[in-house]
Amino acid sequence: METIDLLVIGGGSAGMAAAIQAKKEGIDRILILEKNEVLGGILNQCIHNGFGLTEFKEELTGPEYLSRFVQQVEDLKIPYKLNTLVTDISLDKVVTFTNASDGITHLQAKAIIMATGCYERGAGAIQIPGDRCAGIITAGTAQKYLNIHGYLCGKRIVILGSGDIGLIMARRLTLEGAKVICVSEIMPYSNGLNRNIAQCLDDYHIPLYLSRSVSQVIGKQRLEKVVLSAVDEKMKFIPGTEMEIECDTLILSVGLIPYLSLLNNIGCPISSTKGPLVNEHLETKIEGIFSCGNCLHVHDVVDFVTDEGRLAGHGAALYLQQLLPHDADIPVVAGEGISYVLPQSIKSDNREDVVLKFRVRKPIQDIYIIVENSGVLLSKTFKPVLIPSEMAMIKIKKEQMANLHDQVTVRLEKR
Amino acid sequence: MKREFTCIVCPRGCRLVIDDDLNVTGNSCPRGKEYAISEVTHPVRTITSSVRVINREDIVVSVKTSLPVPKDMIFRVMDEINKIGVQAPCHIGQVIKKNVLDLGVDILITKNID
Repeated sequence: METIDLLVIGGGSAGMAAAIQAKKEGIDRILILEKNEVLGGILNQCIHNGFGLTEFKEELTGPEYLSRFVQQVEDLKIPYKLNTLVTDISLDKVVTFTNASDGITHLQAKAIIMATGCYERGAGAIQIPGDRCAGIITAGTAQKYLNIHGYLCGKRIVILGSGDIGLIMARRLTLEGAKVICVSEIMPYSNGLNRNIAQCLDDYHIPLYLSRSVSQVIGKQRLEKVVLSAVDEKMKFIPGTEMEIECDTLILSVGLIPYLSLLNNIGCPISSTKGPLVNEHLETKIEGIFSCGNCLHVHDVVDFVTDEGRLAGHGAALYLQQLLPHDADIPVVAGEGISYVLPQSIKSDNREDVVLKFRVRKPIQDIYIIVENSGVLLSKTFKPVLIPSEMAMIKIKKEQMANLHDQVTVRLEKR
Repeated sequence: MKREFTCIVCPRGCRLVIDDDLNVTGNSCPRGKEYAISEVTHPVRTITSSVRVINREDIVVSVKTSLPVPKDMIFRVMDEINKIGVQAPCHIGQVIKKNVLDLGVDILITKNID
């Protein structure tokens, strides 16, 4: 069985950044395994622009952004295999993968970086009542049909869920001649970025209905109608609020879930983000296995995925060089108003700055973000506005973490 | 009269306010101010789309306008983009239509296809 230093599972934005970073830090025997026919992951179908403002200080489309990393992978001569599916990893890091030329192959890795991305919640996950007709697809699938293969998924379209992919697709389908009748969101606020509501919906006069969801789908073979109903605070449909809309397609943009079956199989502990629990170097609870990108937590901006990939690549390099901090875990806890915070722990002997990433539970204004370690203030930052769809970040300097004990808490405090 | 809208320059999405004398507030960077003024005087958008690849099956290639185009020209530019077909291989930055509709804007490929 062949042995390598670092195996990166997934050749998207996170995986490529991780591999590039590890290579730059002196790790030689790296392999990237990618299940699709090209590197780049989901960015291949994100042909809209707005990527790279942090990373490159310019506005790029998804394919342009990813091509810069593919170029680095090629320049650094990092090996990768395409059309390759990893079917199993074991606790001692024996990896099983398969593709058409190698067949079923086992490989011993010294470290593994999971960069497998996420998948979309589909119709089954949200249990829409009504007929089981054709014409109900996820936003990512509609995007792939249109932007990779050139097929329009329908002509009269209702979009359920106001996540960014749904908003982006509303504009894209409109440009290609479809009529997007409305976007319906079950929450009282949108889950997408404000800029996408402005440039994807407002620009094209597409209405966004809040606190409204699909209560029924109707169609014999192809979808014919959807019924939208208002929901109360408990997300229950309110009788008498039904709106019937004739349409041939319902697009779902109702959430993303980290793709983690490989880690689940080896009992890796999972957090409330549905990603694995990690420490400040993005090492999971299983020694030598790291995680980054959308399989760790779902991101809204790819530049931050790239950054997180580099952090995992750095962590794996330290691990392979036996330089990774290994003392006690100090838990990092989401306090008042915070839905989750990453990393979930910091090693007490950590000697590097740590960026805490978190999301708020609901939109909130005039707020202090407080980071404290057992009553001792580490950081206090004012924010005029925080929204759940935008990941917030607070950097804690290494000097401030010299004496970490008990636990670190991130919480909100009204000004 | 004041106008209020969301900045689309970056993911931050600042709430911009601009008055008749083009005084901008609510922006967190100079690009936001620039956007606000452009939005009330001459609104423009970059268009991203795709075109057919004639010699490949089942594949389109992504494209964009080299500069933002006036908002009211978006659908006319889309009509022009939809007339184009390209031959693979093609590469990022390749110009496939020059000066579309005399707007001084080119259509560029944004993806490498071997």
